[in-house]
Amino acid sequence: MFIKHATIERNTILLAVLTLVTVAIGGLVEIVPLFTIETTIERVQGMRPYSPLELAGRNIYIREGCYLCHSQQIRPLRDEVERYGHYSLAAESMYDHPFQWGSKRTGPDLARVGGKYSNEWHVAHLVDPRAVVPQSIMPPYAFLAQKPVDPSDIADHLKALRLVGVPYSDEMIASAKADFTAQAEPDADTDGVLARYPKAALGDFDGNPRVTEMDALVAYLQMLGRLVEFDRTQPGGLRQ
Amino acid sequence: MSALAASQPYANRPYADHKVEPYIESVVRAFVIATIFWGVAAFAAGVYIALQLAFPVLNLGLEWTTFGRLRPLHTSAAIFAFGGNALLGSSIYIVQRTCRARLFGGEPVGWFLFFGYQLFIVLAATGYLFGITQSKEYAEPEWYVDLWLTLVWVVYLVAYTGTLLRREEPHIYVANWFYLSFIITVAMLHIVNNLAIPVSLVGTKSYSLFAGVQDALTQWWYGHNAVGFFLTAGFLGMMYYFIPKQAERPIYSYRLSIVHFWSLIFLYIWAGPHHLHYTALPDWASTLGMVFSVMLWMPSWGGMINGLMTLSGAWDKLRTDPALRFSVTAVAFYGMSTFEGPVMSIRQVNALSHYTDWTIGHVHSGALGWNAFITFGMLYYIVPVLWNRQRLYSIKLVSVHFWVATIGILLYITAMWVSGIMQGLMWRAYDHLGFLQYSFIETVEAMHPFYVIRALGGVLFLTGALIMVYNLWRTARGDLRNEDSLPTLARPQPAV
Repeated sequence: MFIKHATIERNTILLAVLTLVTVAIGGLVEIVPLFTIETTIERVQGMRPYSPLELAGRNIYIREGCYLCHSQQIRPLRDEVERYGHYSLAAESMYDHPFQWGSKRTGPDLARVGGKYSNEWHVAHLVDPRAVVPQSIMPPYAFLAQKPVDPSDIADHLKALRLVGVPYSDEMIASAKADFTAQAEPDADTDGVLARYPKAALGDFDGNPRVTEMDALVAYLQMLGRLVEFDRTQPGGLRQ
Repeated sequence: MSALAASQPYANRPYADHKVEPYIESVVRAFVIATIFWGVAAFAAGVYIALQLAFPVLNLGLEWTTFGRLRPLHTSAAIFAFGGNALLGSSIYIVQRTCRARLFGGEPVGWFLFFGYQLFIVLAATGYLFGITQSKEYAEPEWYVDLWLTLVWVVYLVAYTGTLLRREEPHIYVANWFYLSFIITVAMLHIVNNLAIPVSLVGTKSYSLFAGVQDALTQWWYGHNAVGFFLTAGFLGMMYYFIPKQAERPIYSYRLSIVHFWSLIFLYIWAGPHHLHYTALPDWASTLGMVFSVMLWMPSWGGMINGLMTLSGAWDKLRTDPALRFSVTAVAFYGMSTFEGPVMSIRQVNALSHYTDWTIGHVHSGALGWNAFITFGMLYYIVPVLWNRQRLYSIKLVSVHFWVATIGILLYITAMWVSGIMQGLMWRAYDHLGFLQYSFIETVEAMHPFYVIRALGGVLFLTGALIMVYNLWRTARGDLRNEDSLPTLARPQPAV
């Protein structure tokens, strides 16, 4: 064996090729099956793509690095299920490009934070976390309420996501800009938004008539973990 | 046989004996300066964000200075700017000497690599401050920065293999196997994990090609092997060259080098899914990750033994050569964190450790104890050679640096062990009535003293690095501190 190794270590190309083959095997065995085994994603009701406003909020969540302190992945452990709710399903992040599971809980998990607090609480907490939770070590995000979101290219975002596999329909893309505004407008006709994006949180979240980054982020936080209809899901549907 | 190459210094031959042109050292000097600069920047950023976690007022209420934007700045500065410059510089230094060949492509390619890589760092870092990130840990830069890095990396691969191909040595020395596997594997990981569709060619935003569970596994296949190949294989290349050089002994075992190399690179790539225990990733995948992580213990310790046993017959040098002390302590920390890692990858241990500061402590025992220490050892060796000085300005200051930094690391990792395990236990604690005993915010409050101790450890580590900067700067200037009373490091006149 060690005599033959001399052949490898005298030949640069052979060494490079064998190295590439050696390091490729593990990833191929582990990753490729996830795309081909149908049971990777559970069969559940209720999942839908993000509404345009939620998507803008999600992009702010990513921009601010929220995932560095907040996970979105509840493990099937007794304390986590009691603290945060039903354990997270693969189906719940099937439209997440990229995923936001996180790796650290400096703050609590947010996978099911939607609907747990009022819009007013979220706005007050994001503006000044310690005004609401004195012991908190979260940075303040008051600047979000000052920054309007420009929806002019929101349809392009939906189109890019459709390219990577999110089932946005032509209708969703055509009405993206209108849906974006309507979701944060208290008096708007929101039937279309709710038909396309059931359970979307509606309203002027931060009390500022313009659609701000605060509105978008709160709209995103308020839908987290609320889509899957567990009462309509058969136990077998959760099997992976 | 080839494992002996490093111990048979061609060093003693004057330039004239070489059939080839002199080695390219100007580029290596630039990489050394960049390593030191970015190292201090990374440590300072780390201290600052550690203090933010202890004293949140330091977020300053500004959009550009929140923890969420500075944390990727810290990790990228440490891994890719400090570690990356150390790897590029040392690999160019080593490949030329162990092949007795000038860098393929010469100075133009060398300078392209240097400036191209610095541009990558600056583009990535400024992007983070403005919130341009694709949120994949250790792969945060957006698509346009990724494309630029891909170009630089391909040139690096061509220059490196080109130098190997024109070598005058019959064998490729073991350090080069590790560097080559680092370059090839990082290219593979970088390209696959960053596959994305930009929203527009004039905008910064892109959407990852993968979603949810597939995206998570691809990311941690990348993320764990950024550790495995960037921070391990590459730095092992450094170990396999500089420890024999500093100890003036050949590598302990040539056979162990072969076993170490192939088993390490084969097993490491499987370990990624251990970051996803108990998640929506199917169990078979995380179990595979766990099994391979535990198996990885063997090659890791094989490598540690090969590095440490190289000192056989030269242990006394640890007393007189504090630079070697850095390198050897680095290997000891490597052994410790590669023991801790497999333990944490076991599902039941991970149930407690995941999401807590224990992981942060583990990472830093590797990053500070292994990567930074082996780099400091390399820098203390290489600077007098590259600037053609008789010895370092001060041996005493190396020793001071060593102890200040070591105490800093110990404070850091012990604080994180305590806070991590405590937090994990508090999350799962039940009172006698069967209710969860602690609210989340009570666990945050309990972390405070440990976050202060951790920041103090970081301050000590940064202080040590500043001592090194002063020492190396005086060395480069050609100053010598009068240390006649000390057992000096009698280094032969640097050759080549």
